[in-house]
Amino acid sequence: MTRRLPLSFILVAGSLAAQVSFDRLVNADKEPQNWLTYSGTMMSQRYTQLTQITPANVKNLELQWVFQARSLEKFEATPLVVDGIMYTVQAPNDVVALDPVTGRVFWSYSYAPSTDARPCCGRVNRGVAIAGDTLFMGTIDAHLIAVDAKNGRPLWNTTVAEAKAGYAITHAPLVIKDKVIVGVAGGEYGIRGFIAAYDVRTGKEVWRFNTIPGPGEAGHESWSGDSWKTGGASVWVTGSYDPALNLTYWGIGNAGPDYNGDKRQGDNLYSSAVVALDGDTGKLKWYYQFSPHDEFDYDAVQVPVLADITWQGQPRKTMLWANRNGFFYVLDRATGKFLLGKPFVEVNWANGFDEIGRPKRVPGKVPTPEGTVIFPGNQGGTNWYSPSFSPHTGLFYIPSWVNYSSVYIKAEEDFEEGKRFVGTSPRSVIGGAAAAGAKINTRREDEGYGAIRAIDPMTGDRKWEYKMNDVTDAGVMTTASDLLFSGGREGYFYALDARNGELLWKAAVGGGVASGPMSYAVNGRQYIAVSAGNALFVYALKQ
Amino acid sequence: MRILGLSIFVLAAGQLMAQHTYTPADIQEGGRLFRVNCVLCHGPEGDQVAGIDLGHARFRQAYSDNALVKIIQNGIAGTSMPPHNLQEFQTEIIIAYLRSIATSGRAVSGNGDAARGKAIFEGKGGCTACHRVGTNGSRVGPDLSDIGALRRTVEIERSLLEPNEEVLPQNRYYRAVTKQGETITGRLLNIDTFTVQMLDSKERLVSLQRSDLRESGFLADSPMPSYRNKLTAQELADVVTYLGSLKGL
Repeated sequence: MTRRLPLSFILVAGSLAAQVSFDRLVNADKEPQNWLTYSGTMMSQRYTQLTQITPANVKNLELQWVFQARSLEKFEATPLVVDGIMYTVQAPNDVVALDPVTGRVFWSYSYAPSTDARPCCGRVNRGVAIAGDTLFMGTIDAHLIAVDAKNGRPLWNTTVAEAKAGYAITHAPLVIKDKVIVGVAGGEYGIRGFIAAYDVRTGKEVWRFNTIPGPGEAGHESWSGDSWKTGGASVWVTGSYDPALNLTYWGIGNAGPDYNGDKRQGDNLYSSAVVALDGDTGKLKWYYQFSPHDEFDYDAVQVPVLADITWQGQPRKTMLWANRNGFFYVLDRATGKFLLGKPFVEVNWANGFDEIGRPKRVPGKVPTPEGTVIFPGNQGGTNWYSPSFSPHTGLFYIPSWVNYSSVYIKAEEDFEEGKRFVGTSPRSVIGGAAAAGAKINTRREDEGYGAIRAIDPMTGDRKWEYKMNDVTDAGVMTTASDLLFSGGREGYFYALDARNGELLWKAAVGGGVASGPMSYAVNGRQYIAVSAGNALFVYALKQ
Repeated sequence: MRILGLSIFVLAAGQLMAQHTYTPADIQEGGRLFRVNCVLCHGPEGDQVAGIDLGHARFRQAYSDNALVKIIQNGIAGTSMPPHNLQEFQTEIIIAYLRSIATSGRAVSGNGDAARGKAIFEGKGGCTACHRVGTNGSRVGPDLSDIGALRRTVEIERSLLEPNEEVLPQNRYYRAVTKQGETITGRLLNIDTFTVQMLDSKERLVSLQRSDLRESGFLADSPMPSYRNKLTAQELADVVTYLGSLKGL
């Protein structure tokens, strides 16, 4: 039995505990019982310091509770856990507060998006952000909404962009100081992308960074003609932040039209690039473009994973990045300097890099009217699925599509606001049906397979692989006790030994895992949570 | 952008189809789509609607390929041709499949007698050991109850003579050998990283743990024997005619 405290003390303590200061967000690793941002910390390693669950006892995990979403949409959200309360998003745009021990709902807030909303790839949302007592959610009709974390009441609702023009917000926002930052999706609709910061108290825009430079801005010359006006360069996965450098990092999506670059000659900055922005002003500090003049829909929409590692004998602030284009990268995150690039899956569109890190293109490997086979295929060697870096093992873990290709075809396409603007579509190498969605017993070996691949960031060499029969949309989380949690389309959630990839535990969750796992603790007990199918599953060790 | 299923892309009118090349796999997929969407009215030869022979590009009026794409997608108002929820590329490979009909000819075995063919199918041919028609025969091989509504007689004939020429992915034969040495063969129903589900040769639904298996995989060749030189030309024609007459329920 707990000791009784005067009521007033409890109220004060509770009130203080619920205030999530920026200092707490920056130091989230110091309170591993909480999961305060989409990727766990501002470094976005999706790595927990909690060690109650270990390779030795993980076999004793058992299901604690299930939250069944009242939504048949994909459940891509990573929950937050803040001082004993869980917050997640039920697709498309309902915020739900839950008891993380029992799964019982405290409150839910339901936002009805405009019928103009037209997200390309599902009416999805990947989670909320918190600052103080306020939650922030982007919506599929491109609004940013502040919600009171105590009672679910909306506090402000800002129109970020026009839904009918194809803009949407699907990622979890990122809070930096007194600002909440979001980017816009819509790269298949000829939008002009941007990242913007809003005052956490008022929802007023503070700064905006256009991911396609306008006339007079550096980089504008990388778009021929008027193509910059409809060039896409969307944002749909949460960025990261380095407080010492005061830089926030965001991966930028594909140039549009996706598969035909004829009318957008040039590198098409900052599509398929990472940008480093000043956290206070949004001014560009540096960029690195993974896929110049991308015609393969190789969005650089991966979570920027920040790692302080010893690089060639010297401590270095790096950024680790497994890109959709099939290469694994190490960048210096203070300067953007290219340190390493190496394929982590089969790649045939480029065969290495020049000294500043520009990929060397393979002649002829471009979309054509007849079709060209490109590795990796349209889904990429990986995609938006969260990778993980474990400082304990020193390895970087990538949800991978291995031996996977697409036939890229291009065609003319005229822009019309709010309509798709992609320039035809790639198809599977094995015939008309896309790999995704094919019946499992009709899949063929040459469609490729899903895997977790463990990479040594020092060399880019693969240390081990955990192979799945089907491909995967699941993120990865690692623990300080050297566990790795992930899943896949087959409907399993599993734990591997992060040191060698050995399977240690699995659970059938009856639906594909298309989210990143997370961990938290309440009253000293560690929990593992993952969204799968249309539900959220929570596990802990058997007591 | 992510591609998550068949219905994601809604394309504007694209290039002329003639610029595309189609792989055998594309054409096979086009055939599958044709059977799913078209054969009910047009028949497996594409010639079941009066005045129209899809396999030989005979229409009630001349159409460009792009116009055909639109007709398949949108239907023809005031007629029984309905709209179809297909991507442009899917309609293109249906048309590519129809083109392949024109070049693949018709069955060579000529006219047969369906009743005699039924007797051969159930007797001398031994077909019911693997195939089912209605309530008679094994479920391990492809069910042929409506094969005449789905496949062209030339395709049926080819399967009888050259069974390895075309095996649909879902009809591949699977074999699993347990660590105890038991061999299980049959139709693969489902498979994941840890388990396999089959209809085995004794028509049992079995679920196996892959960790219990010594080896597993698809057989390279179809277990279907060739009937070349096993049936006379007349017997072959009789069986093809019988199978072509099977239109399902």
